[in-house]
Amino acid sequence: MLRIKNINTYYGQVHALKNVSLHLHAGEIVTLIGANGAGKTTVLNSLSAITPPKSGEILFEGSTIKNLSADRIVDLGISQVPEGRQIFKPLSVEDNLELGAYLRFRKREGRASIRKDIEHVFHLFPRLSERRRQIAGTLSGGEQQMLAIGRALMAKPKILLLDEPSMGLAPLVVKDIFKVVSKLRSEQGTTILLVEQNAKAALAIADRGYVLETGKVILEEKASELLENKEVQRAYLGKDKKEIWER
Amino acid sequence: MDIGSLAANGFSWYMMQHQSAQGDSTSALTLSSVKAVSMNFSHQIVQYLLSGFSTGAIYSLIGLGFAIIYNSTGIINFAQGEFVMLGGMLTYFFLTVAGIPLFASIILSVIIATATGVIFERLAIRPLRNATPLSLVIITIGGSIFIRGIAMLVWGKDTHAIPMFSGTEPLFLAGATILPQHLWIFGITILIIVINKLYFYYSISGKAMRACSYNRNAASLVGIDVRRMVLFSFAISSAMGSVAGMIAAPLTMTSYDVGVMLGLKGFCAAIIGGMSSGIGTVLGGLILGVLESLGAGLLSSGYKDAIAFIILLLILFIRPRGIFRKAETERV
Repeated sequence: MLRIKNINTYYGQVHALKNVSLHLHAGEIVTLIGANGAGKTTVLNSLSAITPPKSGEILFEGSTIKNLSADRIVDLGISQVPEGRQIFKPLSVEDNLELGAYLRFRKREGRASIRKDIEHVFHLFPRLSERRRQIAGTLSGGEQQMLAIGRALMAKPKILLLDEPSMGLAPLVVKDIFKVVSKLRSEQGTTILLVEQNAKAALAIADRGYVLETGKVILEEKASELLENKEVQRAYLGKDKKEIWER
Repeated sequence: MDIGSLAANGFSWYMMQHQSAQGDSTSALTLSSVKAVSMNFSHQIVQYLLSGFSTGAIYSLIGLGFAIIYNSTGIINFAQGEFVMLGGMLTYFFLTVAGIPLFASIILSVIIATATGVIFERLAIRPLRNATPLSLVIITIGGSIFIRGIAMLVWGKDTHAIPMFSGTEPLFLAGATILPQHLWIFGITILIIVINKLYFYYSISGKAMRACSYNRNAASLVGIDVRRMVLFSFAISSAMGSVAGMIAAPLTMTSYDVGVMLGLKGFCAAIIGGMSSGIGTVLGGLILGVLESLGAGLLSSGYKDAIAFIILLLILFIRPRGIFRKAETERV
């Protein structure tokens, strides 16, 4: 469904992604794990045309999207939930969700069907429903993350790009959010690319995973196999070296 | 170049008009001398307040233009004053030179000034997308000199008057004299502020513009074309500026360089309001207008412009986020 071939992305002089290739099949949850600065966020931003790649190819449903602008990519059905949530803090919860459907308003889609989708988001995240008129900046971290996901869903994406949804959240909240993420796939068939530092939680719900290190993909495997991989366990799952090598 | 001297002349002419009109009205009241003096003083205050509100309303409109562009692009558009000038000069041109009826002249002038704003954004701002805000600000200064130069070549250096929208017969209000033009200024300003509010708070494209100002990155991730919103903000600001220029012109006169001083005053209003594109800047403009008018009336009209700039400096030194903006509290 989505195929990235050998992309190279730069921040000024910094070569952030080096010949990165990956693919997503329809209905898959794929996770991208790696340390800080490995280039996980850059992969998503290359896809969303926030930092367009210099070379390489990005194919979505068979046609290239590499030179499209950010709004065109959302229009085609790829929505990103950015790192650090980036909700519109001074706006209300409902306004944030409405803006998620901005392109649908532009296409003169009826208010009724957009309203229905807002209610659907409230159904997924009942805590947001209680706070629908509240200013988004006053929500808790977990609620802001829910709102950021809800806002992206309002565009009815085929592929959802999630950037570190667990960042800075309590374990229980992370669990809730990941539950919703797998529900999105099972109930709506949304394809998901999940970037995480919390590799354990991400691999638990993912089908496949890629491991990124200093701008390169160094491993690609089924999530269950990555969980068993000794090197991944040592580097990303926090298991002690001794425990693995010297038993 | 003698910056803004013509604008200042315009203002003092305007004050003179008031003083003489007021002289007439008080002389009509033949009361005892002591009472006349005290009446005179309170009437004077009312008069100053009224004229302060009307210049303040103009400053508010100009300031809103600054704030809208600042919020969508992060730059201060120092060409804003030129749209104010264009509003006045174009109306003068269509109405007096071309002899087109008032209403049609107004519409035409707003359209042309707005188109100028849009072209300015397209030619001078958009091609430099990766420029720093500072170089963009300098470009707006260049743009303002350019537009002013063109205006001088087309219309010359003379100061022009345009007739009041509906006669010069003064009205009397709480002992003060008020011209019908003041009512036009108040009415149109209120109308624009209301439309502005409705647009930014209730329409999806207004909300999208606010979204751009809060977080451009996130705005483009929900599919908002940020460049389009920047263009909109230039269109809205230049339209608002030109309206300010044309409703003020019958009182203050207009010439090719009124934009310099009016632009700075509008900037001052926006700074007092903390660059809010809402009520903060409107109050900022009114405060500035009233203080100027009281200062000119009670101290000396020579201090009129100084007052605005003293306020500007004080705000920038003491409370750069503006008087009305609360400290932002954020949760992450």
